[in-house]
Amino acid sequence: MSATPFRFVSTDRRVREDRRFVVGKGRFAADVALAGTRHVAVVTCPHPAARIIAIDKAEALAMPGVHYVLDGRELAAATQPLLAGLDTPKVPRRPLAVDVARYSGEWVAAVVADTRALAEDAAELVGVDYEPLPFVLDGEAAYAPGSPLVHADHGSNVLLDRTFVWGEVEQDFADSPHRLSLRVKWGRSSTVPVETFAVMASWDPWREVLDVFASVQMPRFPDQVALALKLPGSAVRVYNDVDVGGSYGVKRGIKHAVLVGYLSRRLGFPVRLIEDRLENMRAGDAHGPERNFDIEVAFDDAGVIRSMKMRALDNVGAYAGRSPFQLGKPVSAIVGPYRIRSVQYRAIAVTSNKTVQEAVRAFGQAPTNYAIERALEEVAWHRGLDRLEVRRRNLIRAEQFPYLIPSGTTYDSGDYHAVIDKVLAKADYAGLVAERDRLRGQGLLAGIGIAACLEPSGANSTFEPLLNPKNETTTYTEACRINVDVSGAVTATIHTLSAGQGHETLVGTVIGEVLEIDPDRIRVVRPDSLSSLPSQSPVGSRMAIMMGGAAFHAAQKLKDRIVAIAAHNLGIPSERATYGAGGVSDRAAPQSRLSWNELVTIAHRNFHRLPPGTEPGLAFTHVMQVPTGGQLPTADGRVQMYPCFAFEFHLILVAVDPDLGKPEIKRYFIGHDCGTVINPKIVRGMTMGGIAHGIGAALYEEFAYNEEGQLIAQSFMDYLLPSSHEVPPVEIVHHVTPSPHTVFGQKGSGESGYLGAPAAIASAINDAIRPLGIAVNSLPIRIAQLGDMIAAAREKMSPRMGSG
Amino acid sequence: MPVELNVNGQTRMVAVEPRTSLLDCLREDLLLTGAHAGCEHGVCGACTVLVDGAPMRSCLMFAVQADGYAITTIEGLSPGPGELSLIQDAFCETHGMQCGYCTPAMILTAHALLANNPAPTREDIVDAISGNICRCTGYAQIVEAIALAAERMRSLNRPAGTP
Repeated sequence: MSATPFRFVSTDRRVREDRRFVVGKGRFAADVALAGTRHVAVVTCPHPAARIIAIDKAEALAMPGVHYVLDGRELAAATQPLLAGLDTPKVPRRPLAVDVARYSGEWVAAVVADTRALAEDAAELVGVDYEPLPFVLDGEAAYAPGSPLVHADHGSNVLLDRTFVWGEVEQDFADSPHRLSLRVKWGRSSTVPVETFAVMASWDPWREVLDVFASVQMPRFPDQVALALKLPGSAVRVYNDVDVGGSYGVKRGIKHAVLVGYLSRRLGFPVRLIEDRLENMRAGDAHGPERNFDIEVAFDDAGVIRSMKMRALDNVGAYAGRSPFQLGKPVSAIVGPYRIRSVQYRAIAVTSNKTVQEAVRAFGQAPTNYAIERALEEVAWHRGLDRLEVRRRNLIRAEQFPYLIPSGTTYDSGDYHAVIDKVLAKADYAGLVAERDRLRGQGLLAGIGIAACLEPSGANSTFEPLLNPKNETTTYTEACRINVDVSGAVTATIHTLSAGQGHETLVGTVIGEVLEIDPDRIRVVRPDSLSSLPSQSPVGSRMAIMMGGAAFHAAQKLKDRIVAIAAHNLGIPSERATYGAGGVSDRAAPQSRLSWNELVTIAHRNFHRLPPGTEPGLAFTHVMQVPTGGQLPTADGRVQMYPCFAFEFHLILVAVDPDLGKPEIKRYFIGHDCGTVINPKIVRGMTMGGIAHGIGAALYEEFAYNEEGQLIAQSFMDYLLPSSHEVPPVEIVHHVTPSPHTVFGQKGSGESGYLGAPAAIASAINDAIRPLGIAVNSLPIRIAQLGDMIAAAREKMSPRMGSG
Repeated sequence: MPVELNVNGQTRMVAVEPRTSLLDCLREDLLLTGAHAGCEHGVCGACTVLVDGAPMRSCLMFAVQADGYAITTIEGLSPGPGELSLIQDAFCETHGMQCGYCTPAMILTAHALLANNPAPTREDIVDAISGNICRCTGYAQIVEAIALAAERMRSLNRPAGTP
């Protein structure tokens, strides 16, 4: 980074968490050992839909070392259904199926034994009689009348079907000389962390507390466990000092936690459930969006889009928690970085007999970005215009910020054209085009991929009231407490688990910046949930803004107190007291100075020297409201959703082997503007990781089902995660447009890269195959499918040549 | 059944079922929790340990099969309490990780690579870690860490692979 006005912020400092990980001393949920722990294995339904006729536990219970077999009826009688995001009371979700199982792999019973191996052996001995039921897998089929019903009591498979109209859509369509429509599909994939979900619960009947150690990333997790188990919130203690081995959204594990929490209370010993990979993929309830988009755009001769109609239908699987809200977040950036002045948006969520969906990195924004970018490219193609030029014409210009989009959100800041120019210069765009043409000359199909998109950041969860009128959430807090002890040491608290985002480094850096002391001297700890201030967990690219903001304000309160104590003791007005690196001096007489240790001693020990009315000690908290937040949506669904909008621009070169259909990413450039960067190493890593994940979603990863309703991607041999061979070197170009809403000008970056990589790859492959008169409109783009499409197109172009 | 394992230079006696994987034995019986379960079918590499210096999937090996071999886990690489090996320090310098779950296995794999190849090319590094899945980083800062470690080792003028 270039010179900044900061001491520590934006400087290339190490990440303090790394030291424990490189020596194998991370403390992951599976590393926590409690004496007397017993282990769970689950019995799963082999059918996509079936009535459970009978469960025979006798043989399993007769095995030595087996303690219990729990079925869904017993658990349901003792617990509340899990919390749903939408108002859908007839779609109850529980850890174990009750009478009807609704997807292949759904948990039907849980076996508790001395070891996991014994529990697995016993699970095979549990006999379940099933009566298979009709099932539906495809989202559009589930939406159509006459479909088998996943939840008969609900009366349909539709959880959400709402149409929003923002602006003069019909008028804009009527006034536009051109229009086109297309359908694009985003396939079912997920973040699939290397660590599966793990949870241990231990009930203490004398203290009446349930201790929970979980690899979790979930808003309101302790609260939801307590609700489901019918316990007061103060009876569930979740440990925040557990390291999470990757999440990127999906580590919710609410059903797992409720299950082991119940078992521990029922049986009187600690109970642990660690998913194996099959359980994780089939019934970890962690699949991502599976979405069809029907888009229609109206535009002028220059390719400037005036209006857009988008229908998004998401197949959320057999049950729903927060997942349908993933149709709501994109409302915050429904026009992407473009000046589209009116929008009709229809959001549909349907159930099907597939695995349950959960929050995935970007919470629905990456699929929406892909759809918008595909529409832009079609407009360019339709008008015979350059794709880059069409984007430039449609982009919001720097002087137009703050910019109000039709759905009610005002984008904070940006300079999209400047970022693009920087990337084009870095990539030598003309040279890149020449390289593409050279590859084409060698007989390869080659294409340049382009994607411009936004990362809404600083989640305030306004999609909750937007999609559920009974929900009036208008704040989404994060907090920090700073304590200076009598020795002068600074300890700060954070109140959630982390999954690699470097929150301890973030908080240390921010407080060090404010107090002008070495961040490495600031201890950062994670109290358990009963000792914690409000936190909504790291979702929606919010922690730089919200946790960083909370730490900043708490440190500012501390600094103000230090200054007040010093002014009182120096006998000068506060305005004359100058804070510097922990001490305070008199501006008019700099030799008159009190040191940090002297001021701390006064605060802790010398009440007689404190300004009148001052609390002794030095303990400060700040609970942060989301900047720009606080309003409910209007009746037509307009609301400020996220405070900050980061921008990214991808430019890539892809070559496709015309015989195999195998794409190879030759060059990858990204321009990234997330405002002020707090830690460059962390932001770069997130962006690189997001791109790798986006490459997976675009080319390799899919939870594919066969016609019998079985998930056929059940291992890492079928569900392909990009290895070091699949991820090319990426060149990042930084740009900084500070946000006016945050303490240092920072925006979020936790989902960067992933927001545009799939769109960029689709763009490149379409540029490569367009000369053959074909285009791909669904992700992932499978090699075999692409190879077949190319062969068929070539056959059509020159039938006698064959396809080789 | 009883097994005598040589782990990080120490002889450890354990009693395991024949079906117990080396990974489960290391984690549950020896409390060496730096080796992690990821897929338990030999693809992700999170369970990698060194067996006579070569990276192996401890999830695909039974504990009883490890009898007679020198096992090195991540716990065996740190020079002392609070200290980092050169490779571990290089991973910190480039931030070659995020969540830290695949990191011990990555470092052991890097250790084995650099013991045999003091001047690896980018391709050599990419090949060496291609059996270790990292979901966080996109690998860039891991590749940089290993290249940095190699460079520092060469400049130390010490035998390759010395931590």
